[in-house]
Amino acid sequence: MNRIITAYSVLHDNKVIVNGRLLFYQENITKFADFVKAVFKQEQFSYPKFYKMDSISKLGFLAAELVLKEKTIAGYSPLEVGMVMSNSSSSLDTDITHNETINNRSAFFPSPSVFVYTLPNIIIGEVCIRHRIKGENAFLISETFDGNLLCDYVDELFNNERVAACLCGWVEVLGDRNTAMVVLVENSEQSQVSERSGLKPMLFNAENLNFIMKRN
Amino acid sequence: MKPVYILNDNIITSLGFTTAENASSLDSGIIGIRTINDQEFYPGQIQLSLVDTVQLDLKFSAVLKVYQKNIPADSFTRLEKLFILSIHDVIKDHIVIAKNARTLLVISTTKGNINLLENRFKAIFSHKRLYLWELGRIIRQFFGFVNTPVIISNACISGVVAVMTATRFLQSGAFDHAVVTGGDIASEFVISGFQSFQALSTKPCKPFDLNRTGLSLGEGCGTMLLSTISGTAEVSPVRIAGAATTNDANHISGPSRTGEELSHAIKTVMKQAMVEPGQISYISAHGTATSFNDEMESKAVELSGLAHVPLNSFKGYWGHTLGAAGLVESVAAVFSLRNNTLYRSAGFEIPGVSAPVNVITTNHPASLTSCIKTASGFGGCNAAIIYQKD
Repeated sequence: MNRIITAYSVLHDNKVIVNGRLLFYQENITKFADFVKAVFKQEQFSYPKFYKMDSISKLGFLAAELVLKEKTIAGYSPLEVGMVMSNSSSSLDTDITHNETINNRSAFFPSPSVFVYTLPNIIIGEVCIRHRIKGENAFLISETFDGNLLCDYVDELFNNERVAACLCGWVEVLGDRNTAMVVLVENSEQSQVSERSGLKPMLFNAENLNFIMKRN
Repeated sequence: MKPVYILNDNIITSLGFTTAENASSLDSGIIGIRTINDQEFYPGQIQLSLVDTVQLDLKFSAVLKVYQKNIPADSFTRLEKLFILSIHDVIKDHIVIAKNARTLLVISTTKGNINLLENRFKAIFSHKRLYLWELGRIIRQFFGFVNTPVIISNACISGVVAVMTATRFLQSGAFDHAVVTGGDIASEFVISGFQSFQALSTKPCKPFDLNRTGLSLGEGCGTMLLSTISGTAEVSPVRIAGAATTNDANHISGPSRTGEELSHAIKTVMKQAMVEPGQISYISAHGTATSFNDEMESKAVELSGLAHVPLNSFKGYWGHTLGAAGLVESVAAVFSLRNNTLYRSAGFEIPGVSAPVNVITTNHPASLTSCIKTASGFGGCNAAIIYQKD
C-alpha cells in the first residue's frame, strides 16, 4: 500500500516552511529563544506549558503543531497514531544546562525541571500529551539526517499494523543552531491532502524526506 | 513472518561479566547494590550497583589482545569498554557475523558517555565523544561491522525498543542477523538528576514492596545475538514472538494513573504471539521501586488479565541500569525461560501495590514456555516484548 506525506513543516534559520509555503521569516533574529517565541506568537498558539519546555521540545512542539494544524489526526484513535523522531546531538543542549548546576561542588543545585529534559524522547512525550497520541514511539540518533533509516523504521510500523498514521522527522538544537522537520504519514486511501495549502501528493520515501529537508 | 531467535547473550553488571556469572549470583541470592561514599564521584552517600573496575580493565585489556588492537586501553571510556566486552562475549564464537553485510548492529543507551562532561575527563577525551553516533562509530569500527549502527535513545524503554527494532528489521528480511546491545554507566549527571526528583532509595530498592521508597541506580551492559536461523540443539531455542510500544500521553515525568497504555502494549504482544493470558508463564517487570511506577505497572498487569502470573523485578539485584535495563533484564528473563527457573524479586517482602500481582518470593524451578518483559520511562513511554520457547 502506498503511504503519503500529507503535511510537513520545516523550521530552520529563522524560517518556517509549511507544505512548501513560507510561513515565517525574520532575518534579524539571532537568538533561538526569540525565534521560537516569535513563531508561537505569530501563529497565536495557546499552550502555557510551551514556556516550560527546553529548546528542543519547543522546536519540535512547534513543528508538530504546524503540521497538525494543516492536517488533523482527529479521525484516528489515539493508539493508531505513532511518532518517531531523530537527531544528532540527543539532548546535549539541555545536558550542558543540567551539568552547569552540578559541576561546582559549592553550588550544587540540580533541578528536576531541567533534568527531565535530558532525554531526547521527551519531545515525543510533549507532542503526545498535546495531541493525545498513544501509539508507537521511538527516538533514533544519527550523525546527520538519515531519511532511509527513518523511512524503514516507519514503514515497519505500518507493515506490522502498529500505526495508521505517524508523525516523523528530525529535531536538532544545539545553542542557537537549530533544525526541525516533521511530516505526517498516512495510508494513501485514507488520506486527503490538505486543501488549504494544496500540497501535491508526495510518496513517503527517503528521497522525498531528503528533498523536504534539503530544499527548505 | 520469519521467526527471530536469540542465539547468544551476555550481561555485565555488578554481579558478573557473563550471563552465567550473573545467573549464578541470582541462584545464590547475592545483591549487587552497595553503599558508595566517594566524594569524587558524588557529593553524598548513595546506593549504587557498580561494575568492578579492576576486573573490567583486566578483561578489556585481554580483549584488546584478541583483536590485535595496538591502542591503549585507557583511550576507551568506561562505557565503551562495557559495550565492547559485552559484544565480544556474544560474538566471539560467531566472529564472522560482525563482518557480514547482512548483520545489523543496534545500540541502546540513554546517556552514552555523559560522564565526559565532568571536568576530570574533559582533558582526556574529545567533546565529540559525547555524541551517541560517535559512540556507535567506535563500537562499529572495533569489530568491523559493515553497516552503520541504528542507535536508540528512548529513556528507560530504550533496550526493549532496540530488541524490537532489530526483530522487525530481521522479520522484514532486510537483515539475517542482529547484534543488539544496551549500556549505560552510573554518573554524577544521572545520580544528581534522580536525587533532585527525590526518586532514590536510601536502602537497596524494594520493587512492589509496601515499604519501597524509590529506585537504586546501576550500570551495566546487555547484548543479544539475534538471527532468523534457529540456534544449535544444545540450547532450547527462544524466539521473539511480539513487541510493541505505547505512550501514556499524560505526563512527561510521571506514569499513567490507570496503566491502560502499558496494558495495551502487553495485550498487543500477546495478540502478536497468538497466546492467551493463561499461556504466559512469567513476567519480568520494569519494577523500579518508585511508588508510581510499581503502582501503574501492577494495574497494567491486572488489566491485561495477568494478575496470577509469577512476576519479578531484577532491579533489586543490580539496580536500574537505564538504557541497558531492557537488554540486561531480557537476557535474565530468557535465561529463566531456558532453565525453567523463577527468581525471587529481591527486596520484596510485603505486598505494596493496589492491584493483585503474583510477586515471586523464592527461587524455584517451574515449567516455563513464554515470558513478557515490560518497561516504562520518562516521556510517558511503555514497551512490552514476549519471549517464547519453540
